[in-house]
Formats: sequence, structure tokens, C-alpha cells
Amino acid sequence: MEYLGQYKAVYKAKAGCEDILAKSQDGGIVTAMFAYALETGIIDGAIVAGPGDEAYKPEPMIATTVDELLAARGTKYSISPNMALIKEATRSYGLDKIGIVGTPCQIQALRKAQLYPIGMRDVPDKIALAMGIFCMENFPYQGLFQMVEDHCATKIDNVTKMDIGKGKFSVYTERGVNSQIPLKVTHKYEQPGCHVCLDYVANMADISTGSVGTPDGWSTVFVRSAAGEAAFNKAVEAGWIVAESMDGVKPGLELVTKLATEKIDKNKSYIEHRNHAEHAALKPLRNPYI
Amino acid sequence: MGLFDKFKSLLFGKGDVSEGTQDEKPVASKQDEPVSAMHKSPVNEAKPADMKVEQKPIIQKPKEEKPVADKITVGHVHMSGCTGCLVSLADNYEGLLTILDKYADLVYCLTLADVRHIPKMDVALVEGSVCLNDECSMEEILETRENATIVVALGGCACYGNTTRFCRGGQQNQPQHEAFLPIGDLIKVDVYIPACAPTPQQIRNVCLMAYLLLKGNDEQKALATAYLTPLMNLAAAGTEACGCDLMTEVINQGLCCGCGSCAAACTVRAVTMQYGKPQVERDLCIKCGACYAQCPRSFFSFDVCGQYESITNLITEVMKP
Ligand SMILES: Cc1cc2nc3c(=O)[nH]c(=O)nc-3n(C[C@H](O)[C@H](O)[C@H](O)COP(=O)(O)OP(=O)(O)OC[C@H]3O[C@@H](n4cnc5c(N)ncnc54)[C@H](O)[C@@H]3O)c2cc1C
Ligand code: SF4
Ligand code: SF4
Ligand code: SF4
Ligand code: SF4
Repeated sequence: MEYLGQYKAVYKAKAGCEDILAKSQDGGIVTAMFAYALETGIIDGAIVAGPGDEAYKPEPMIATTVDELLAARGTKYSISPNMALIKEATRSYGLDKIGIVGTPCQIQALRKAQLYPIGMRDVPDKIALAMGIFCMENFPYQGLFQMVEDHCATKIDNVTKMDIGKGKFSVYTERGVNSQIPLKVTHKYEQPGCHVCLDYVANMADISTGSVGTPDGWSTVFVRSAAGEAAFNKAVEAGWIVAESMDGVKPGLELVTKLATEKIDKNKSYIEHRNHAEHAALKPLRNPYI
Repeated sequence: MGLFDKFKSLLFGKGDVSEGTQDEKPVASKQDEPVSAMHKSPVNEAKPADMKVEQKPIIQKPKEEKPVADKITVGHVHMSGCTGCLVSLADNYEGLLTILDKYADLVYCLTLADVRHIPKMDVALVEGSVCLNDECSMEEILETRENATIVVALGGCACYGNTTRFCRGGQQNQPQHEAFLPIGDLIKVDVYIPACAPTPQQIRNVCLMAYLLLKGNDEQKALATAYLTPLMNLAAAGTEACGCDLMTEVINQGLCCGCGSCAAACTVRAVTMQYGKPQVERDLCIKCGACYAQCPRSFFSFDVCGQYESITNLITEVMKP
């Protein structure tokens, strides 16, 4: 349980609307939840990873319309510092009810900002819906570029979708060409900060979602907080999201748990290793977890 | 969860509380006032159950309202600061009144409490750095340390020197004032609240946690300790901070996850995100320490942050007038 965090319910789910599904990464849960929340006033804007000036280089963006949310669909496997806009959202945009999507580390940063609002004046009470996405690792843009252009021999501008799953990093283009490389090749391009990361399924989000655990086109969804539960149930009722029980779904929570355990255990031992207890000559590196 | 549920029931178990007494609240209650003169009713049931609340006869028309027996005493000590930190404290608005009503007596505070000399107090919030050329400030910072149980460096100036690091004297009135030190260079400091200005919400949280630390039961003390530990560690870590800490303590240590919190935290917008990592414009940085302290990879407690929902609810509940 520790590995999957606390949750009130878990579902196999997808967006109820074809337009959202057309270009979303998995079941379009993030986009559907934000679109529903925006339409019904649960949020008045959401911080998402918008398209940047280069292909697949995400740029944090504050979406205040459904069109803007749609433009930000899909996973960019590169760092999108979404928290950078959290204060801006309350200032320049004047949002009182903020939605934000983020990797587990970004959701951790968000919760820290709420409990320790050191440089975050008037932010803590303005977070209305935090959507977390599962995350095994992330890549600096140049790393991603190298993986696509060098290892996959594909021009990044022509890529229509990237995907990580079943041990492979896959690249799709218009013509349906599909290059795949084993994940083992990608490891050296990961940002080092990911190696001390102790969260896989965004344990501190209101709702967290990812592809692992459910069939293609569907998402695994953990509903975690009271705010998340209220919003999710209403979105299901209103038909924005189709949710089904996880019972009997293959590969199901078993795989999610397995991956979460692998990631967290590996990173825990890496943090230990940074202590270099076995090498008297080496000084320990800093441990961020107190 | 257990800890917080228990904690919550301790605080609210017997229902609430003190209706509409704010207006009659004296600005500063004197500590040595005879207890019998204080209005003790309604006995504040928003307090922890195990607190000693002496049953006193209800005084029908009290001259002064003091609904809570066991508040902590807090002072705001003003050194070389711009008063922005004090404004930030006051920017809790009605929240400040709630704090003063239920949890803390402001026993010393420039402009808000008319007291000349630094009295004995539980918590001293010190704003500003100390100028070595200013004998009075030197005396006052020592007096503060002697008279306060917990010394909190409030804001970037007190913690790290902040903008006063850049003072070279020559200002009107006191042209000779040129050597400004963060208070931790002169006395032992217990807790840091970095940033310029520190946020009203962060000051509020520290005040509430200090209250629990001093007046709570064992479990409440445990929560307060867990919450305050990182801020105590910051105080123990030193008196220098800068945007460069992101580089030396986070990126160079292989810890940065590219979340962007540092960029959001910086008041002077010295931090931008380049290729997912912070880039600090060093000429803009005023050395307030907010970016590093805000970073989830400077410190992160799963015990505290993991309970964000219950703690947030709790703070909201506790801050109800
Ligand atoms: C770096 C990374 C690693 C991931 N690893 C896994 C994994 O190991 N297992 C797994 O099951 N799922 C993983 N995911 C999550 C998965 O790829 C999908 O993002 C998730 O399932 C949501 O899909 P969706 O169809 O519901 O959302 P959509 O409707 O497609 O919306 C996706 C949302 O995520 C935002 N987003 C896109 N890229 C980023 C980014 N880099 N940072 C922050 N926000 C972003 C978009 O702006 C959009 O709002 C990962 C995602 C990222 C970004
Ligand atoms: S692995 Fe962890 S640190 Fe890296 S991007 Fe994902 S959540 Fe953040
Ligand atoms: S920290 Fe900032 S607000 Fe506080 S006294 Fe110093 S300059 Fe003023
Ligand atoms: S970079 Fe900004 S937040 Fe960081 S210490 Fe400098 S002024 Fe403060
Ligand atoms: S806050 Fe910390 S982890 Fe986040 S981008 Fe800045 S330095 Fe990196």
C-alpha cells in the first residue's frame, strides 16, 4: 500500500468524448477532468504542459479554455516545470481555483508549497484540483532529442506520438512508422534527479492517472482526496468520464504495484548508496528527505 | 492518519467556541495582569482536551476579553528591516485576530503593541538584520535571545541578510551604518522563515505550530516538531543563502527534478527555467533564501507533506474565527 499511496477508489477509465480521446495519451483522463472542471467552475484555469517552440519540448501554460486544454493533450517525455506558473496563475491570471497536472515530484512540490508556502504568498488555498500522472523517469530535452533522432532515427518534427510501455520507448509518425528502442538504451538520458524519486503514482495528487494497468486506450485512475472524489464522481455522472471497476482487469494493479515497488526500492537503495557508507573515503551526498 | 484524527478530536472534540469576541480583544494583553480580571468564558473548548483550563467564575461584563487561558506570548522584534515582514504578519487579516484571540498574545510589537522594552516571551519573531554600528540594536538582539524561548528569524534579512547585505552606509540620518549581519551571526536562532517578504501563510503556520510545540500534548508536540524541524535545520545550516544554492545544493547534487517551484518562489524573478532547470540571474538575486527553501529537493518530509489534506483541513478549521 505504501507504494501506491492512499486512495479512496481505483478505476479503469477513459474520457467520454471522442474529441478528447483523439489525441490524448491514454484515456484522456487529465484533459477530460480539467475540461469538466472548467465548464462547471470547479477550477477557473489549469496549468498544463503546452506545446513549446520546438517539437515535444513542453512549455508550462495556463489553460483557461477547453481549446487550450486540447492543445496540451499527450505526453511529452521532457521536463515541463509546471510549478513555475503556480504563483503567476494567482497573479497575472487572477485564478482563485487552480487546476494543475504534474508528475509525482511536481505534486510533491505542490503539497510542500501548500504546507510550507515560503515563497508562495496566497497560493495554499487556491489549489482546487491536482492531477498527478504516473512517472518512472523523465528526460531533459536534449536527451529526448537524442533518443528520437539518433537512436530511433526519426526526425522529431515528424513525430505524432511517443510512448513508453512494455519495456520499450516507441515513436510514431504520420505514416504509421513505429521505431522502438529498449528502455535500457534510454536510461543514460534520464535526468539525475529522477534517481532519488520515491513516488511512482503521484501519491499526493487529488486524482492520479497513468497508462499502466489497463488496456490500450484506457487509463488507470486513483481517486485520492475528498476534492478529487467529489470532482471525479460528478464528471462520471455527467458523462465526461467512463469509469469501470478494476476487478478482473489485466494486467491490473498487480503490474502497477510491481513497477512502483521496483522504482521506489531501486531509488531508495540509490539514496542509501549516495551515503557511501561502504567507502570511507567518500563524503556523503545530500539527502533531501528528512 | 491516526495521529491527525486524534489531534483533530483533541482540538475540536468538544465543539466550538468563542463567538464574536474579536472586537473586544485588547490589542496587547499584559502578561502580569491578575488572572481574576480576565474573562474566562466561554471556556475555550477549541483547545486541546488535556490542557489545563481553570474554571473561573463568569464575569458578566468584562472590561477585557480573554477567552483563552493558556496562550503563548509572541513578540515582533524590529531590527534593520523595511517593516514588510510585519505587514506580512498583519496580512493574515482576520486570521491574525484569530491567532491573537485563541493562541497568542502579542506582547511586543512596533506600532501594534505599545511596549518599550523587550519582555519575556515564548516566541520572538525577529525582522531585519543587525547593524554593528548600532549599539541599541546590538543590545536588543542579545536581550531578545535572553528573553525569548524560541527565536524565529522572520524574513530574508533576519535569516540571510537579504537586501541589507548590499548596504554600504551613507543613508541619511545614519550614514555610518554599513555593517549588517543576519541575526544568526550574532545569536543562536531556532527557526527560520526565509523569503522577502515571508508569506502571511508561512508565518501563520509557524505561529500555530509553535503554539502546539509549547502548549500541546505529546502528539501535538510530535506534529509541531515534525513540521518545524526543516525550518530549524535551515537555522542550523547557516546564515548565507542565495539563488546559487539551487546550483550547488540541488543541481550539482543531482537532485533537481525540474519542477519550477524555485522560479515561482522568487520575488524578484531572478530565476527562470531553461531546459527544465533553474537559471539564476545573479545580479538580480537579493539573497532572500526563498527559492532553495521552497525547493522540494532542499527538504521534503513524507510524514508532513503526505498528510497535506488533514493538515490543511486542520489549519482551516483552527483558523476559523
Ligand atoms: C515524463 C513522464 C513519464 C511517464 N511515465 C509513465 C509511466 O511510467 N507509467 C504510466 O502509466 N504513465 C506514465 N506517464 C503518464 C502517461 O504518459 C500519461 O501522461 C497519463 O496516462 C495521462 O494520460 P491522459 O490520456 O489521461 O492525459 P491527456 O489527456 O493526454 O493529458 C496529458 C496531460 O499531461 C500533461 N503533460 C504532458 N507532458 C507532461 C510533462 N512532461 N510534465 C507535466 N505534465 C505533462 C499535458 O499537458 C496534459 O495536460 C508518464 C508521463 C510523463 C510526462
Ligand atoms: S521520476 Fe520522479 S523526479 Fe523524475 S520526473 Fe518522474 S516524478 Fe519527477
Ligand atoms: S525580509 Fe524583505 S520584507 Fe522583511 S524586512 Fe527584509 S526587506 Fe523587508
Ligand atoms: S534567486 Fe530569488 S528567491 Fe532565490 S535567494 Fe535570490 S532573490 Fe531569493
Ligand atoms: S525547485 Fe528545486 S527541484 Fe524544482 S526546479 Fe527548482 S531546483 Fe529544481
